[in-house]
Amino acid sequence: MPITVLMPALSPTMEKGNLAKWVKKEGDKISAGDVIAEIETDKATMEVEAVDEGTLGKILVAAGTPDVAVNTPIAMILTDGEDAAALKAGVVDAATAAPAASSASQPAPAEATPSAPPAAAAQADARPKIPAEPFAADVTPWPQAEVAPETPEGTEFEPMTVREALRNAMAEEMRRDPDIFVMGEEVAEYQGAYKVTQGMLQEFGTRRVVDTPITEHAFAGLGVGAALAGLRPIVEFMTFNFAMQAIDQIINSAAKTRYKSGGQMSCPIVFRGPNGAAARVAAQHSQDFSAWYSHVPGLKVIAPYSAADAKGLLKSAIRDPNPIVFLENEILYGHSFDVPKLDDYLVPIGRARIAREGTDVTIVSWSIGMTYALSAAEELAKLGIEAEVIDLRTLRPMDSEAIIASVRKTNRCVVVEQCWPQSGVGAEVSARIMENAFDYLDAPVARISGKDVPMPYAANLEGLALPSVAEVIAAARAVAYR
Amino acid sequence: MTMAVQKKAAEVPKRAQPAPSSIVPVDASPVPELGKGADLAAFREMLLIRRFEEKAGQLYGMGLIGGFCHLYIGQEAVVVGMQMASKDGDQVITGYRDHGHMLACGMDPKGVMAELTGRRGGYSKGKGGSMHMFSREKNFFGGHGIVGAQVSLGTGIAFANSYRDNGQVCLTYFGDGAANQGQVYESFNMAALWKLPVLYIIENNRYAMGTSVTRASAQPDLSKRGASFNIPGELVDGMDVRAVKAAGDRALAWCREGNGPYILEMKTYRYRGHSMSDPAKYRTREEVEKVRVESDPIEQSRARILANKWVGEDELKAMDAEVRKDVNDAAEFATYDPEPDPSELFTDVLI
Repeated sequence: MPITVLMPALSPTMEKGNLAKWVKKEGDKISAGDVIAEIETDKATMEVEAVDEGTLGKILVAAGTPDVAVNTPIAMILTDGEDAAALKAGVVDAATAAPAASSASQPAPAEATPSAPPAAAAQADARPKIPAEPFAADVTPWPQAEVAPETPEGTEFEPMTVREALRNAMAEEMRRDPDIFVMGEEVAEYQGAYKVTQGMLQEFGTRRVVDTPITEHAFAGLGVGAALAGLRPIVEFMTFNFAMQAIDQIINSAAKTRYKSGGQMSCPIVFRGPNGAAARVAAQHSQDFSAWYSHVPGLKVIAPYSAADAKGLLKSAIRDPNPIVFLENEILYGHSFDVPKLDDYLVPIGRARIAREGTDVTIVSWSIGMTYALSAAEELAKLGIEAEVIDLRTLRPMDSEAIIASVRKTNRCVVVEQCWPQSGVGAEVSARIMENAFDYLDAPVARISGKDVPMPYAANLEGLALPSVAEVIAAARAVAYR
Repeated sequence: MTMAVQKKAAEVPKRAQPAPSSIVPVDASPVPELGKGADLAAFREMLLIRRFEEKAGQLYGMGLIGGFCHLYIGQEAVVVGMQMASKDGDQVITGYRDHGHMLACGMDPKGVMAELTGRRGGYSKGKGGSMHMFSREKNFFGGHGIVGAQVSLGTGIAFANSYRDNGQVCLTYFGDGAANQGQVYESFNMAALWKLPVLYIIENNRYAMGTSVTRASAQPDLSKRGASFNIPGELVDGMDVRAVKAAGDRALAWCREGNGPYILEMKTYRYRGHSMSDPAKYRTREEVEKVRVESDPIEQSRARILANKWVGEDELKAMDAEVRKDVNDAAEFATYDPEPDPSELFTDVLI
């Protein structure tokens, strides 16, 4: 039976990629280890190696095809003794029994090495993914945020990924102020572990784009020291999971210095990097620190969802004289949103945004949580429930007014977060509503959060540990009594 | 600034540059003399710190100073000698035993003492306390309470010096206890890798709180702690202000010439407990007494001044009276200055 070659995943969060090139053509003999094709994502280019011997019987996806979903059959390999007649049955088979043939392809690092660590890349052992909402973005359209109110009328927009928006924000600010520099692991020569700093070394040089050793505690402290001395560092953590090594410097040095110096010292620094659950990276690499940092006076904590907010808020953060924790999300990096075409697009820190207007229930979220919130709102609309969705954007200082104003209108609230439930941001939102809008509530505030467990590895358990659109819908219906 | 820096570096007595990771032992060769003016200035400065700390101890006993209060008595020669070697613009950062460093940087004793008593005239408006004071004007960057944290911060200040190519060096002080913290070595690595102008000054006063160096350190010779990063280190008699100044000159010239970091391990001793609440049962009274009698930095200085007949006993007494008056004035100010206005609770969190 012909072997089906599937589109491999290059990283835990990859959902689709471009089939850049076929290195072998139909009829070519193939040995195990031969490079048969090249695929690319916005982060890296990879070679696909054959795992089995045979003849390349049929190419199912032509070279140059963009956005090929992971696990799509891309070719058929005929084994010894098989001829083209076997292909027809094979194609049918591929659609139904793709898992059996899944070992037929395996990505190997090409010159442009992948962003994901090798262990993660090996995940391209493409067993069927149990789609964990909302990661199945290839089937569900990515919810678009509404236009930011900060944009003047008549502004043009261009589509841009969150990754590009973050890079453009840093580059624009670095062009403006020579005291700004970016440092972190793999930010320079590697072009960023998640390619957020792509091209910055080429533009700004090694003085301002600084590769550090793997030494989070001290490079965070070094950044704080440089900020105390008047520079404006952007410290990238490869992920915020690793920032726990550095959290003493973030809290004890950066956040407290202004207060404990009686206002004499400033610490203008941005700590940024991906936060929250990635995909299939288990307990130590999949965690949401929103609540941790939002607890601390002396910090501002920002967690944008859309590319426009990512850009406008990062630019504001870099200009801000206070220490800022800027929580990005790996899964959002590759997604496109409309971004205003403005020379200097700034979004004010500390202001929430109404992402969708509604009258029946308020759904509060931020960052990746917005995907659940907006998807749920669309489904709820079909049931006749108009949800108002608020994107907090900044967690500290929190825009209580926006939340309270909305709850006074809708009289109901669901908070959606990936954090653990105890002492989470949802608990804080809930408390503020209780304190400021108790008499307006027609139902208790509902919290949809990550489950109270370390993140499991197994795909089905991981899906269960995260919030889901279904949970948000159920919670909204419950508070609306519908 | 750059010109001045180069001139100063050229004046440093030319010793052989230490090979990477070499240790210059405390040698028997005569310590370079400071000369009359500098010796008298050093004596006065050390005396100011001693009298200030004695007074702080008294105010603590009276309940005017609260919380933690770590006194610098016995270690005065270290910071005074180093400040004599440093130049305008060089930055200073240290841990929590920091009062001496502030005074040596030229900060006003009134402002320091009022911070100790938690008053509005303190350097941090009373919000920082003993461990958290800063002076932008005097390039003093704190005052940090987390053991070892100041090493990464000081390395970052040096990074800023390097970024701006301003010829300044960050004098980064830490103790024998902090010398075992991981971030110290992470900082050493980056400082050496990027040749940052940072001088690491390890004030080895023999005890990290109650644990002696030999009980805490597999390599008790802390000047060797930079060896795996090719950072040169020297052992220095930290009780002799002349030796400190001479070592500081060498080390600062090394840093200023673009060679990267340098380590000075200052052998010193604190006479008082780790903090005011420490009964110091981990060492004998005799041990403390022996150091006091044999190597007290101020008494060494006094004897040298008298032996050289630079001034007489009467002049030294007059100097002591002046210093006591300054300290008493500071204590008076710190006692009667009002506490911060309650509205200050919520200021200075963010700009």
